[in-house]
Amino acid sequence: MRKSLPFLLMVAMLTTLGTASAEVKTTIGYLEKHVPPPPVLSNLDPIPEDDGLAGAKVGLADNATTGRFLKQTYDLTVQVSDNTDAFLNAARDMLQHTPYIVVNAPMDDLLKLADLPEAKDALLFNVGSADNRLRDEACRANLLHTLPSRSMLTDALAQFSVKKKWIVWVLLTGGHPGDLAYALSLENSARKFGIRILAKKIWEFDADMRRNAAQEVPLFTQNFGDHHLVVIADEPGDFGRYVAYNTWLPRPVAGTEGLVPSAWDRTVEQWGAAQLQSRFSEASERDMRPKDFAAWAAVRAIGEAVTRTNTSDVKIVRDYMFSEKFELAGFKGRPLTFRSWNGQLRQPIPITHPRALVAMAPMEGFLHERNEMDSLGIDQPESKCTAFEG
Amino acid sequence: MRTSLLLAAAISAVTLSSASADEIWVSNEKDDTVSVIDIETMEVTRTIEVGERPRGITFAIDHSVLYVCASDSDTVQVIDPDTGKILNELPSGEDPEQFVLHPDNRHLYIANEDDAITTVVDTQTRKVVAQIDVGIEPEGMAVSPDGKIAITTSETTNMAHWIDTSTQQLFANTLVDQRPRHAEFTHDGSELWVSSEIGGTITIFDVATQSEKAKLTFEIQGVHQDRVQPVGFEMTRNGKYVFVALGPSNHVAVVDQKTFEVLDYILVGRRVWHMAFNGDESLLFTTNGVSGDVTVIDVEELAAVKSIKVGRFPWGAAYRPTN
Repeated sequence: MRKSLPFLLMVAMLTTLGTASAEVKTTIGYLEKHVPPPPVLSNLDPIPEDDGLAGAKVGLADNATTGRFLKQTYDLTVQVSDNTDAFLNAARDMLQHTPYIVVNAPMDDLLKLADLPEAKDALLFNVGSADNRLRDEACRANLLHTLPSRSMLTDALAQFSVKKKWIVWVLLTGGHPGDLAYALSLENSARKFGIRILAKKIWEFDADMRRNAAQEVPLFTQNFGDHHLVVIADEPGDFGRYVAYNTWLPRPVAGTEGLVPSAWDRTVEQWGAAQLQSRFSEASERDMRPKDFAAWAAVRAIGEAVTRTNTSDVKIVRDYMFSEKFELAGFKGRPLTFRSWNGQLRQPIPITHPRALVAMAPMEGFLHERNEMDSLGIDQPESKCTAFEG
Repeated sequence: MRTSLLLAAAISAVTLSSASADEIWVSNEKDDTVSVIDIETMEVTRTIEVGERPRGITFAIDHSVLYVCASDSDTVQVIDPDTGKILNELPSGEDPEQFVLHPDNRHLYIANEDDAITTVVDTQTRKVVAQIDVGIEPEGMAVSPDGKIAITTSETTNMAHWIDTSTQQLFANTLVDQRPRHAEFTHDGSELWVSSEIGGTITIFDVATQSEKAKLTFEIQGVHQDRVQPVGFEMTRNGKYVFVALGPSNHVAVVDQKTFEVLDYILVGRRVWHMAFNGDESLLFTTNGVSGDVTVIDVEELAAVKSIKVGRFPWGAAYRPTN
């Protein structure tokens, strides 16, 4: 377990070539507000302590390899805190050294950081919160998002459902705030893509489902009318794992369990992804997870912009990131770019089951006037984000 | 019935008598095999078992042996094309993906995709001569016609790395667009072409100065731009055409080698990857990874004339004359 005192960890990753001849040096901060995961019924899948950070490290190594051919060096400064005050203090300290900070923190802490006077000209990358509001009414001009929003994930699942003609859902949700937000996002996506949600039930059992899921789940799902798909909103991974194969009707399970839309999964191996997966697992001794991917993409986006502009000047880098020239090869088959109206990284969403990739959204046929990837998540016309205007 | 049998017998007799028909050899990435296509009958005549995940495939200049990158076996296999037997294995470094044979017919330059290294192997002594640090995920390999320059492209670093083959040292690193996949020198050695899969471009360099000379883009009506992904390509010796595989757009572009103008797009199989010409360059054989087949293009007509089923995920192709 993580030590409870706020601690400071400085990781200086030197590039292979000496730094003496460096012309462009870029420091990237990785700032985490650690939130202990809520207790869950099964301990089969603990969340790794370096979830996110491990991706940033691989991204940094990728940047450094490119940089050594261009006399550009990169280093990573890491600070992890377990309370908001320590988090903000660490942020202030870090902002004195670099404007580029990859942040793995809940929404409230993220907004406090973005609103610090010291962060005004910084470029912050959200890799920890999928909250839709951060890309909408709570957006900030200095805050980009490489982690997909919940709405991107649930839109991806809805597109897949429509493609399969699984257009009647029943929704099971936990009571955790993340569960409720995910459930709301599922409901919005269902509305957006013409899916009917026949029934919605909140999972309120506190029994240990390892012993009685077989008895409880059939009864819990018995009164639903006929439906095509059971969608589950259970972000901490508490009860969801006990639903599949125990439902009253034989129906597939999707959402946070079963068929899962995510930023990244170990089953993604096309589009050269096998190489990123093996680089990651070699460096981290585990599989790459969504936050790892988001942190990798954030560090690589900085690296890509510095490589192409040959400067670490934050204003030039930011302008380049939002220009038409910027594109990031993110191992998902399409170039990734930032949405100019809310700072979200456009990206395909893999839809996977534990053993294989099932589909990659946007699904074929879901067209968009600008970019098919903008059929996922909050689009410009309905966006309430104004921070990026002007 | 009898007549058709006789006819069939006659045809097979013809086939047998021309057992020396030229061949196209195709590596099947997910089957651990190589399919041998008879160019005359346009059929697979042999399927040869090789190491794990075969990708890069090329013949010695005299076609006496075949080299295959068995990526997951971490070796380059040397195969007798007559018998299909594996003669020996070369130390290749880890995860060899693509390679190119130096005009000296002796040194292989191999991209080690997982290791950010280019390995140079002497095929005679079977020893590693040099290992050169390059960018992340090296893939595309080329060597200049005079043998003085070797090129490695790195997919995540997005560069063409220029190697001086006399010193085995890098002397230039040039940025290209996202995910460079393949590199080729023009036959006169004056230009280097590099395809960028995700960037959707081909960058053309002036070799003398290593400076960018032109950049090609591709546009296919009815296909989303993101799916137009240039990967493998080949140039005709007569200086006329460059054929560019455009991956998941399922098309091959025909480019004028001189004016850089895109002349045409030819519909082929799914996820077209690499290609090889026959001896007189009248036919072009493209590997189509997803559909598991090879499309034959008539170079004169610029039209697809046949598709040939091979193994799973055909990757590379190489031509073998047999007489």
